[in-house]
Amino acid sequence: MSAPVRSAKAEGHSRESAGQSFDPGYNFAYLDEATKRMIRRALLKAIAIPGHQIPFGAREMPLPYGWGTGGIQVTASILGPRDVLKVIDQGADDTTNAVSIRRFFHRVAGVATTTRTAEATIIQTRHRIPERPLTEGQVMVFQVPMPEPLFKLEPRLAETRRLHALGDYSLAQVKLYEDIARQGEGGSAYSHPVMVNHRYLMSPSPIPGFDNPKLHMSPALMLFGAGREKKIYAVPPYTSVVSLDFDDHPFRPVRAPHACAACGSTTSYLDEIVTDDRGGRMFVCSDTDHCAETQIARKAAE
Amino acid sequence: MYVAVKGGDAAIAAAHAWLAEQRRGDTSLPELSAAQLQEQLGLAVDRVMAEGSCHDRELAALAIKQARGDLIEAAFLLRAYRNTLTRFPAAEPLDTGAMRVRRRISATYKDMPGGQVLGPTFDYTHRLLDFALLAEGGAPPPPKEAEASGAPMPRVSEILAQEGLMRREPPGDDAPPPDLTREPLPFPAPRALRLQSLARGDEGFLLGLGYSTQRGYGNAHPFVAELRMGEVEVLITPPELGFPISLGEITVTECQMVNQFAGQADTPPQFTRGYGLSLGHSERKAMAMALVDRALMARDLGEEVTAPAQDQEFVLLHADNVEATGFVEHLKLPHHVDFQSELEKLRSIRARWEAARDGNAEAAE
Repeated sequence: MSAPVRSAKAEGHSRESAGQSFDPGYNFAYLDEATKRMIRRALLKAIAIPGHQIPFGAREMPLPYGWGTGGIQVTASILGPRDVLKVIDQGADDTTNAVSIRRFFHRVAGVATTTRTAEATIIQTRHRIPERPLTEGQVMVFQVPMPEPLFKLEPRLAETRRLHALGDYSLAQVKLYEDIARQGEGGSAYSHPVMVNHRYLMSPSPIPGFDNPKLHMSPALMLFGAGREKKIYAVPPYTSVVSLDFDDHPFRPVRAPHACAACGSTTSYLDEIVTDDRGGRMFVCSDTDHCAETQIARKAAE
Repeated sequence: MYVAVKGGDAAIAAAHAWLAEQRRGDTSLPELSAAQLQEQLGLAVDRVMAEGSCHDRELAALAIKQARGDLIEAAFLLRAYRNTLTRFPAAEPLDTGAMRVRRRISATYKDMPGGQVLGPTFDYTHRLLDFALLAEGGAPPPPKEAEASGAPMPRVSEILAQEGLMRREPPGDDAPPPDLTREPLPFPAPRALRLQSLARGDEGFLLGLGYSTQRGYGNAHPFVAELRMGEVEVLITPPELGFPISLGEITVTECQMVNQFAGQADTPPQFTRGYGLSLGHSERKAMAMALVDRALMARDLGEEVTAPAQDQEFVLLHADNVEATGFVEHLKLPHHVDFQSELEKLRSIRARWEAARDGNAEAAE
């Protein structure tokens, strides 16, 4: 899914690696074209029914289940030679699994990769949405471990499929009510379910609740791939995405109440770093690209 | 000034180099060849072929070597390779009745046409460590060869079926069989897909589930009608020819268990079949599969579904060890973003809890 507008704009920037040849032992982006077409059909269906889980014939990938096979298959199916790929895990480009997936696509597709959110046409992610607002033409690909938002309340897929068909989300609402009654607030800190387009309850994947609002009316296309569970779902651009809550107990995204020790940001999501064994703590941005940009901007301003 | 942890690239490269060194081990000892593994660790090779669902002994042996003997990792390597292969048309159903039998036993009859053939088995060995094997060299003396009877070996389930005591399987249609590796599993899953899933499922998981049906979780009273292992011919019918041609022979293990079924108003009491088929020589797997297959028929037969082994979703969605190991082991990946939100959530809830406690204490004073 090349986005010509974005590629043209991106050409002026330096990239981590330029597009080049790929491993001749495999088809472009690893998957065969028939499989890619099957996945793209599932994606189109998913985009047409926002938030609805579409079963697909997920393939075995050379990376383990639970480590991003769904996201990798989605990325492989939409990737074009002119795309610029960014891969993050926990918000960072240099976490080992992100490095590994980025290398995989570099090897089997030879596409240009970047760490800069602004330059990327496709961003594959695990557990975060970048801080920098996404733009039209960008595609987020989420790695999803458990696509079914109700699975902790009803493990049987035949039953949850029925509940989705009926739009019966009382189980989730009762759970939320019980959490609030017991502990004063909702119990889920991440993977907090969202209503998409006022119809389907959807798992946003295990992003922290802090990132949930970024899904709402985003100009970017959001694709979700669950390889082991063999499901694909999507949030098209400019779609309503509302975190499950009650009028008198509105959803409250949380972040650690500190400033980033590296860039000073008081609005970004923070990682807590343990600095010693006497309770020492430090907080830094989880989004490494955003942190670097903020540091540069701050230096320039000084 | 704090600098975020970096260096994933270099660390991965170094870790993989270390792994390669560990795999080779002490270089003063000769390196194992894949051919040696095929010959001397044949049952490990068979297990990897079965769970990797790819019949290629050489590649399975290579996978075991590459995985340092970790059989689930080896099955994973083989699966990932298998996935890149071009699909031919589906083969004709294997005729296991025409198997060139190396082993064939029945627990339900003392003797039957074709006889009992013990074959190469651990059964009836005494499990005493054979210290002679520590000393290398020397081949064991060749086994005594009996005259092959050449008598046909009809399947024992057929013998029961002729008497009308065996439940007839519903006839299949001409539609091509569904393929678990190309389509997601629907629920309730048809038996063809259940069997595919069990055939590639983890031997240990199926063993435990099968065992549970014997211990009262699923109310099974199984008998091994027949267990047979040997070579069967694989035939395909290319559309341009219109008649079947042979691709060669593969080794398979087949188990047919019979279970009593109480019958219903419109069905007389009869035996029902649990079926197990596994690539290579893997009896434990084929038997466990047959037990679980029968347990999973509960729904079709109108039996009450009470035990884990009878629950399709529970069994089929957790039997695949490549899926299971991936998801269990993904917990090694960093989760600090989620954990951070969990930390803040716990702190927030605790603050409320403490405020409420203090409030209560004040109210009590």
